[in-house]
Amino acid sequence: MTVTAVRKDPHTLSMTLDAEFDASPDRVWQLWSDPRQLERWWGPPTYPATFTKHDLKPGARVEYHMTGPEGDQPRGYWDVQEVDPPHSLVVRDGFADDDGSPNTEMPEGEMRVTIEEISPGRTRMSIASFFPNTEAMEQVLAMGQEEGLTQAVGQIETILDEEGAAR
Amino acid sequence: MQIAPPDFDRMFGALADHTRRDIVRRAIDSEEGVAELASHYPMSFAAVQKHVAILERAGLVTKHRIGRRKVVRTNVEGLRMARRLLDQYEELWRGRIDRMTQLVNEYTRESGQ
Repeated sequence: MTVTAVRKDPHTLSMTLDAEFDASPDRVWQLWSDPRQLERWWGPPTYPATFTKHDLKPGARVEYHMTGPEGDQPRGYWDVQEVDPPHSLVVRDGFADDDGSPNTEMPEGEMRVTIEEISPGRTRMSIASFFPNTEAMEQVLAMGQEEGLTQAVGQIETILDEEGAAR
Repeated sequence: MQIAPPDFDRMFGALADHTRRDIVRRAIDSEEGVAELASHYPMSFAAVQKHVAILERAGLVTKHRIGRRKVVRTNVEGLRMARRLLDQYEELWRGRIDRMTQLVNEYTRESGQ
C-alpha cells in the first residue's frame, strides 16, 4: 500500500495524504518538475493532462488543460508560491477560462507538497490540499473523475466517531 | 456531475460548531424537541433554538410533528453527502499516487537499479 495516511476535514475542506515510494526524493521530485512525467499521472487515462507552461519558480505560473472523453478541455493553473527542490512545492491553484486567463470568479485553493527521505531509498510525499469552497471542489472532481469509479460513500457514523474520538 | 445541493457551503458552515455537531449526533436516534435538546447544554433555550435553526437552514436537520410535539431529526443523507466530496477527492489522489508509483518503478527498471 503506497498511500500510508489520509486525513480529511469536512469543516475546513482540506485533505492531507501521505504516500511512500521506493525511490529517492530527487526521483519523486522529477514527477513534479518534469512536465512530461507530470502529464503521465496528473489526469486519469480518461482525462489526460497537458501542461502548456511549466516553470517551478516562485512567482511563475504553470498552465495546463485536461482533455475529457467528450473532447472538453477544462483549463487550470498554478501560481507557484514556494519551491525548494527536491523537498517542497507550494502553489495556489485555480481554474482558467478557454483563453487560459484565470477565472477570477472562482477563488484559488492551495496545494502544499512535501517530500522527505524516511530511510535510504524510501521517500514520503505529503500532499495538503485546501479548497476555498465546495464549488471549487466539485469542479476539481469533475475534471479528474475516473470513469466507472466506485464512489466511496461516507457514513454519518464516520464523521460522528471522529468527532467523538477528538474529544 | 451534480453531486451536491446548492446550499453546500451552508452545510459546512453549520457543522463548524461543536454544539451543532452534538445536536446533529443526538438527533439521529432521539425524538427530542428543541426544549428537550436545550436541557443537554449549558445555554439558553433561545441559543439552542438558534443553533437548530442554522442546522435546519443547512438541511442537516428537519422538524417533524408527532402528535402535539415537534421533534428534531437529523437528515442523514445530507451529512453523508458532505463526506462524499472529500471521499471522491481522496480517490482522485489515490489514482494519481498509483500512476506515480508506476512511473517511478518504470524508471527503476530502465536504469537497472
